[in-house]
Order: sequence, then C-alpha cells, then structure tokens
Amino acid sequence: MTRDTITRDDTIMATPSSIYDEMNSADGTVRSHYAGYQKWLAETPADRIAQKRAEADLVFHRVGITFAVYGEEAGKERLIPFDIVPRIIPAQEWKLLAAGLRQRVKALNMFLHDVYHGQEIIKAGHVPAEQILSNSQYRPEMQGVDVPGGIYAHIAGVDVVRAGAGEFYVLEDNLRVPSGVSYMLEDRRMMMRLFPELFSRYRVAPVEHYPDMLLTNLRAVAPAGVIDPTVAVLTPGAYNSAYFEHAFLAQQMGVELVEGQDLFVRDDHLYMRTTQGPQRVDVIYRRIDDDFLDPLAFRPDSMLGVPGLLEVYRAGGVTLANAIGTGVADDKSIYPYVPDMIRFYLGEEPLLNNVPTFMCRRKDDLAYVLAHLDELVVKETHGAGGYGMLIGPRASRDEIERFRQLIIETPDRYIAQPTLALSACPTFVDAGIAPRHIDLRPFVLSGKDINMVPGGLTRVALREGSLVVNSSQGGGTKDTWILEV
Amino acid sequence: MLSRTADHLFWMARYIERAENVARMLDVNYRMSMVPQADGGIDAGWGATLSITGLEDAFRARHTAATMDAVLEFMVFDTENPSSIMNCLRMARENAHAVRGTITSEMWETTNDTWLKMRDYPRWKLAGSEIGEFFEWVKFRSHLSRGVTLGTMLRDEAFHFIRLGTFLERADATARFIDVKYHMLVDGAAPPDAAADYYQWSALLRSVSAFEVYRKVYRDLITPVKVAELLILNDQMPRSLRTSMAEVFENLQALSNYRSSETERRAGELQASLKFGRIEDVFARGLHEYLTQFIVRVIDLGNRVSEDFLVPMSSN
Repeated sequence: MTRDTITRDDTIMATPSSIYDEMNSADGTVRSHYAGYQKWLAETPADRIAQKRAEADLVFHRVGITFAVYGEEAGKERLIPFDIVPRIIPAQEWKLLAAGLRQRVKALNMFLHDVYHGQEIIKAGHVPAEQILSNSQYRPEMQGVDVPGGIYAHIAGVDVVRAGAGEFYVLEDNLRVPSGVSYMLEDRRMMMRLFPELFSRYRVAPVEHYPDMLLTNLRAVAPAGVIDPTVAVLTPGAYNSAYFEHAFLAQQMGVELVEGQDLFVRDDHLYMRTTQGPQRVDVIYRRIDDDFLDPLAFRPDSMLGVPGLLEVYRAGGVTLANAIGTGVADDKSIYPYVPDMIRFYLGEEPLLNNVPTFMCRRKDDLAYVLAHLDELVVKETHGAGGYGMLIGPRASRDEIERFRQLIIETPDRYIAQPTLALSACPTFVDAGIAPRHIDLRPFVLSGKDINMVPGGLTRVALREGSLVVNSSQGGGTKDTWILEV
Repeated sequence: MLSRTADHLFWMARYIERAENVARMLDVNYRMSMVPQADGGIDAGWGATLSITGLEDAFRARHTAATMDAVLEFMVFDTENPSSIMNCLRMARENAHAVRGTITSEMWETTNDTWLKMRDYPRWKLAGSEIGEFFEWVKFRSHLSRGVTLGTMLRDEAFHFIRLGTFLERADATARFIDVKYHMLVDGAAPPDAAADYYQWSALLRSVSAFEVYRKVYRDLITPVKVAELLILNDQMPRSLRTSMAEVFENLQALSNYRSSETERRAGELQASLKFGRIEDVFARGLHEYLTQFIVRVIDLGNRVSEDFLVPMSSN
C-alpha cells in the first residue's frame, strides 16, 4: 500500500491507553497544542507529504549529515532517519522543564566542585566515599584544581522522558561530551525548509542561536586575564562517529576545528600550529574523552591528545570544556544520589524526577533485581549509547540468563530500573502514522550563567514498541517545538 | 589557518594533478604504441613511463616485464603503488574529507564523486579499445576539480594553498615528461624515419594538450627545439614550466609568512630564469641536465613549503 492511496484517518494508529500520547489524549481528542498541526496534516495532500519526506532524505544525504556506526564497515556512513511530525511542547511545560534542568545542572556542577575540593557531601554522609573515590571516572589529578567560575560541566545534555502529563523523569545526565545538538539545529532548518507554512501557524521558539550562545559561554570561562580569548573545537578526527557535529559546531562558531596533532604545549600555554606560526588557544571545547586527552597523564597510547595538556590545564593556562573528571557526576552509579545533591547544595526539592534505581552492588537490591529481571531495565554503570543494556519485558529468555550471569559476576557494574512508560509521539512509518516512543535531550550551557535554547533533540524509537532511541540502535530524530504562548 | 588544514589542501590539489599527469603519460605511450616502431620499441616506451615516476624498482618487484598490460595495471589500479591513479584519487578524496569545512561543498562533492566512480570503474574497459576513454575521463575529472575551485572558492589562504599544490606538481610532472620523452625521441636507438618521427612528436604535444597550441604559436613544422621551447619557456602555454612557476611564485607571495622569505626568493629566482631564459642556452647546457636541475629545484621548493607552512612548527 502506498502512502497516497490511503486516507489519513485510518493510518493514525492509536496508542495503548497506558502510554501517554503527545498528540492525542486518552479520550481520543487532539491535545490543544497539536490542534493546529492536526488540521494542517488533514488539509495537506498525502503525495505532497511523501514528496517532502523524500526531499528531506535527499538533502540530508547530499549535505552529508551522517554518522559513522561502530562495528560496521570502516568509513561507512549512515543517515539518521528524520521524522517530519514535530514533537510539540507547550510553553508552560517547558517552563517547568527548564527550571528543573537549571536546578539539576547547577547542583551537579556544585557536586563536582565539592568532589574535587572539600568533599562536604561525603562528610555529611549523603554519598558513600567509595562510590566517588573508587569510581573509575573520578580523577585524582583534579583534586584541589580550581577551574574558572567553578564550572565543570559547561555543556550538559540531559536525557528526559515523559511518563504522564507534567511528569518528567531524567534518565541520564550527560556531562562528558554529549552530542546531538547539530541534529537539533539541522532538524529545525529542515522543517522550516520543507513546511514554512507551519511556522506561520505556530509561534515556535527559535533555537538557531545555539552556536552563538555556546561561543559566548565558552569565551566566558576563559582563563582569568585573557581579554579576547581564542576558542577551538578539539575532535578525535574525521573517522569519529560525531565528526560531522564537531565540524558543524566549529564552522557555525567560526573557530578552528583542531586535532591533537595541531596543538602543542610550551611555557605553560597551549598553542595551535598555524601557517602564520604558533597561535595561543585559551579555551578548548573538547570532544575527546578524558582518557585520550594527554598521553603523559592518561592513556600513553593515545594519539588523539596533547602531551602536557593536563599540566597546563591544572595551572590555569587553558580552559577545557567540559572539565576533566566530570564523568564522576553522570555515572549511572552516582545518578541515584542526584536528588540528594539538589537538597544538599541548593536546599531545594528537585523539580524533575529521578527514576527509582536499584544498585546491584547492594545485597538487597541485587536480590530484588535477579528475581525481577523480566520486569526491569538493566544498564551498565559506565555504558553509553544503548550498548550493554537489557530491557527485561522485551528480552528473550536467553538474553535474560546471559545478563543474570553478567550481573552475578560483577554486580558493581550494573544498575536496574523499572521500565518506564515512555510517552509516544505520532511518527511516519511504513504503514502510515503510528505512535513511537520518544525522549528529549535539551542542552544546558553553564558559564557565567546557566543558559539553554528552548528545545532539544527529540529522539524517536522507530521500531514498534521499542524503547531504545539511540541512533546507533535504529533511532530517529524529530524537530522539537517549544511554543512561545 | 591550521598548518594541518593547509597541508590537506596542498596535497589534495597535488594528488588530483598527479592523477591527471599519470593519465597523460600513459595516454601518450598508448598513442605512440600505435605507431610502427623498431623491435622492442613499444616495451621500451612503457619502461620509460616507469622511470619518469621513479617507480621501476617497485614495479620490478611485482612484474617481470614492462608490457603494456602490466604497466597499466600497476599505474592505474595497483593500490600498493602510491602513484597509481587509483591511489592518487583516493588520497585526494581523503585529504578533501579532512577539510570539508574549509573547501566548498561543490569541491567536496566533485572530489568525492570522482573517487567513488574510480573505485567502481569497470576494469574490462581498460583491456580494450576504451582505454583512451578512461584517460579522457581522468583528465576531465581533473579539469572539473580545477574549475570548481576557480568557480566557487573564496580567494583566501585556502585557495592559494590549493593552487600552489597544483602548479608545483605540474611543474615537476611536465619537466619529467619532457626529459624522458625527449631522451627517447632524440637519442633513441632506432633510426627514426620521417613519418614515425612526426607521429612521435605530435603524440608528445597532444599528451600535454599542446598540438594545436604548437601550430598556433609557430605555424611551422614540428621540430624538437621548438617543442622544448614551447613546453619550457612559453608564457602562454598553460602546462609549460614557465607558466607553472609563475603560478607557484604568485601563490607563494600571497601566502608569505614570517619565515618564508627564502622560499619566495628561490621560487622567484627560478621563475626569473625561465622568464629571461633562451632555448639556445638550454640546449647549449644540455637539455637533460637542465631539466634534472629544474626538478631538483622544484623538489626543494616543495620541501621548503612543507617546512615553512605545513609541518608542525613547535620548535620555533
């Protein structure tokens, strides 16, 4: 059946009532913030939509907005599927979300400063010392080091999901090198190109100024005394899966995209090698993991880093964004403590929910987890990108048994959470439009202030019933609209 | 601009130009092989092709005799040969990929597309009469690259590094070209007969797109000295040594940095010697010796460009 031979009504499949549908409420009516879109969709001929979807694919391919997939043929690049049904968030809900995100990121930065200075939170008994100090993401090299403004996580990509009306949960605080912001920007550009008429019907808050905001933020955290700081983006190189984004951000900010080999350290400063001679660099927006930053300090086999960088950094000669050692705050084993951090540092109640989390390193939790593997989501504490994860309700018996063995062998490496009823958003699929689960990654910038553009990257799990939205696991993206009124 | 970026741009351009020159060199041999020659003349021609590129040893390690098929396989498809057309176009694409943000999207798409088509080029086409079509294709992809560069690039530092790469490579290739072919034609063992001689010289001219040019410039019979003059000293002939060096000098001046003055001086000196040189003096000194000297100076310039602009400069 082709898309233009079917009428719209019978192609929109209903969402099971237990799951919150972003567009349609349980009684079958369209939520008011989607009414305008629904009307437009009903008016627009199916063949025009099909044509626009094809155009989107073509443009993304030609421009080369692709990502490399680990484990596939070297150099192979794939397109992240783009869905043309926007994810719309009313102004009021965003207000709540934004306030919750600010609060959370502020507390996380205070936590990081505390971890690397007085460790008051340990002394107060809120987080066990060994959870921090024997965490592989804890960097003793950072102990006592002062970073500009006390900011560690300059760029945070906090993954949020919705379970019900006004009910948001944070799944992960990504404080190391969160990616995806280029898709947020490209998705908006694509939507405006394909459907300009929609933007005259809706007052969608703009996101296009993100690169400016990022640059301002990075310049604000330059080492003390630097008047006109030079910023550069540090990439592992053209074969990294997120290289497109690195190049995109550097180009949009108008700064150099550098690799480790372009940089060197001399006399307590960092320089880049240019055709006009060495040029000092004050702020590095690095998209390389801690381990690879400096072969003298971390992995000696790293070809991606800069020998001596850590020493210059510790002496305050250069700012790294994000700071070294932020992983200790977004590790899944630290995640359960974030609400306590907010109470401890800010004296406030958390505005966003944490997902209840079982820590397998605890005896009681472990027993519960092993007895309920078919109900829980099990995650590796250091895992990322949807790899090394078990979704109990959808897993085969073999997979469950495999994870049971893994957890018993190294309980410290696993946490488990109840499966959340992630909200779903109507999405174009082969059979028409059907609800698919989504999440949201807003990008929170911390420098002199905490800033964010209204929006984020909405990822959608394209397989029916799937809860995994990662692009490496077959996820797609949607444009995210925060309404101004 | 980052030194690494400049390095990628410079080499991207060199590899594209190199692919074109390899195609031209193979093309002229192919043309010459169709002309009646003394026994062994044909294979000697293919052997000389290898000596131009300095790849005889690498070739001998993989093939026993310099037959047309073996040389074509080695110079077109062999991925172990750094100067094969396959490798040149791959390296051009790799260098372009690393600086996608610096070149225009048209340039990237052209270079990427060339590589994708080369990778999938049907080999059987080289075994038959369609071989000439393949050389044409390589030349035209190179024309397209240069055209896209001229038509879309901002005239900034990046542009000048690309042009510098193109013309340094061309100066080197044209000089080697004249040297080997001239040597074969003039000092060749086989006694030349007038007709064969004519075809050989015209093939050489055609290989650098200079056959019609020669007629226009000299309106005369094809003679060895005039051919050499055209390809070395003519300031209007786009592939001559003089034109190439004028471009090298001009682009170097545009790129001038705090350590490049000696490189600029040497390029200027070489350019001046071509500008004010006379073909009689070149021959009085010996053409082969003259060209050998020229190639040494071009290599020196390439090394100096690397040192002044491209390689890591941490020690200064």
